[in-house]
Amino acid sequence: MIVEAILETRGLTAFYGDFQALFGIDVRVERGEVIALIGSNGAGKSTFLKALAGLLPASAQQIAYRGEAIGGMPAARIVGMGIALVPEGRRLFASLSVEENLLLGAYSSRPGRWTLDTVYTLFPILKERRHHPATALSGGQQQMVALGRALMSNPDLLMCDELSLGLAPVVVREIYAALPSIVGDGMSAIVVEQDVQLARRVSKRFYCFQEGRVSLAGASAEVSDEAITRAYFGAVT
Amino acid sequence: MSSLVNILLQGVLLGALYALFAMGQSLVFGVMRLTNTAHGDFIVLLVFVLFVLTNLAHMPLWAAVPVLIGIAFCAGYAVQYTVLNRVSSRDPLPSLVVTFGLSIVIQNVLQEVFSADPRSLATGGFESMSITLPGGIALGLLPLLTLAVAVVATLFLQWLFGRTPLGRVFRATSDDREIVQLMGISPRRTFALAMGIAFVLIALAATLYAVRTAVSPSDGPALLLYAFEAVIIGGMGSFWGTFLGGIALGVAQQIGFYIDPGWGIWLGHVLFLALLTIRPQGLLPKTA
Repeated sequence: MIVEAILETRGLTAFYGDFQALFGIDVRVERGEVIALIGSNGAGKSTFLKALAGLLPASAQQIAYRGEAIGGMPAARIVGMGIALVPEGRRLFASLSVEENLLLGAYSSRPGRWTLDTVYTLFPILKERRHHPATALSGGQQQMVALGRALMSNPDLLMCDELSLGLAPVVVREIYAALPSIVGDGMSAIVVEQDVQLARRVSKRFYCFQEGRVSLAGASAEVSDEAITRAYFGAVT
Repeated sequence: MSSLVNILLQGVLLGALYALFAMGQSLVFGVMRLTNTAHGDFIVLLVFVLFVLTNLAHMPLWAAVPVLIGIAFCAGYAVQYTVLNRVSSRDPLPSLVVTFGLSIVIQNVLQEVFSADPRSLATGGFESMSITLPGGIALGLLPLLTLAVAVVATLFLQWLFGRTPLGRVFRATSDDREIVQLMGISPRRTFALAMGIAFVLIALAATLYAVRTAVSPSDGPALLLYAFEAVIIGGMGSFWGTFLGGIALGVAQQIGFYIDPGWGIWLGHVLFLALLTIRPQGLLPKTA
């Protein structure tokens, strides 16, 4: 059986001005699959997600989504096609309440199971706090809002950039506990994490980034810790 | 006593016009952090458009004003989408330079086409009608209408920003113009829409101003100054603040005019400087 890829990048490059951040990335995500991107700071993981979301320029053929070339499309159109990004550092809208942040996530009005009600069922604390300014919440709750905001667009591919950033381990566990129920209905996901063990636990396959290139890829459960350490820190073999 | 009440009332009525001048500026600053130095010239430009509609195309004023509002919305949308979006960045300098350039272009084109003569609109005497309060204080109907329009405009903007989906989009785009794109929002269109609405407010201010007094092509910078002072006095990004800022400026000027006819404008500037020193965040900062 040929498994259909929901997303495939071929030789994806990305630049910040003259600075090249990605040097030909090939990544494949299958329908309903969770993959993890690991790697040290500055390896290009966030840049990769930004390029997929349309926030960085890319040439059309470098990104295929459901077989369609979407590289370089404006970000505002990409979310309407079903790709949502939970950005690094949450980036909630400070002048909006929790509920308004979530409602803005539904701006592209894609139909699906995620509504205010289902997000509040997933994270009941947000319903209690729905009229509070989003940035008045604790870090973990803010991350729930950021995740909920992305879900409100009913994506087929959810991209999470370091959900654990700046959060206590117990809070991180709580948020990742929600992931299986989110992707349970066939949603695909790309998860960026610094914490390698966590990333491997939640994903089926992983890609390790190093200095803008993929240094290792494989099944999360099979590759040895030693091989990952080498790919992560770039020790020459 | 009654002369003090009179000064305050006349000051409030004058201030309402300034508040209306400032409302569009406040909106534009609130959404895209754009300091529009051509704001006063846009007011004057729309006065001349209205003049063309009524005096050259011979439309009655009641028909010309809706046409003016329609033209204003389209012009505001277009100028933001095609020109100002290119310079609406976090760096204020490019937009200052471009709007300053627009200001010079508008003034000179208007002088070329209409000469430097002041123009006024005829309304069949409405501008000189008034009601007399007990105590002998006369309030002009036109200034009262201006106050009503300013209050309605402030209420409308506060409702639009605080209670509607479009207001959410405006506030979110103002917060983070990169991340709103991830929601499916185009900041370029949002900014253009905000400028379109700002131009509708400018059209209302232009109409009431043109009925009140004669306008010449070089009046823009003075109007910009009043608008700017009202926004700063009130506190940036708050519509009720801007309204209060306009009123405060009007009252200060009216007190100055009472002391000495040459002092009016000056006392307004003094109030602005004093508040900038004592309370730089403005009277009602950031409630919108």
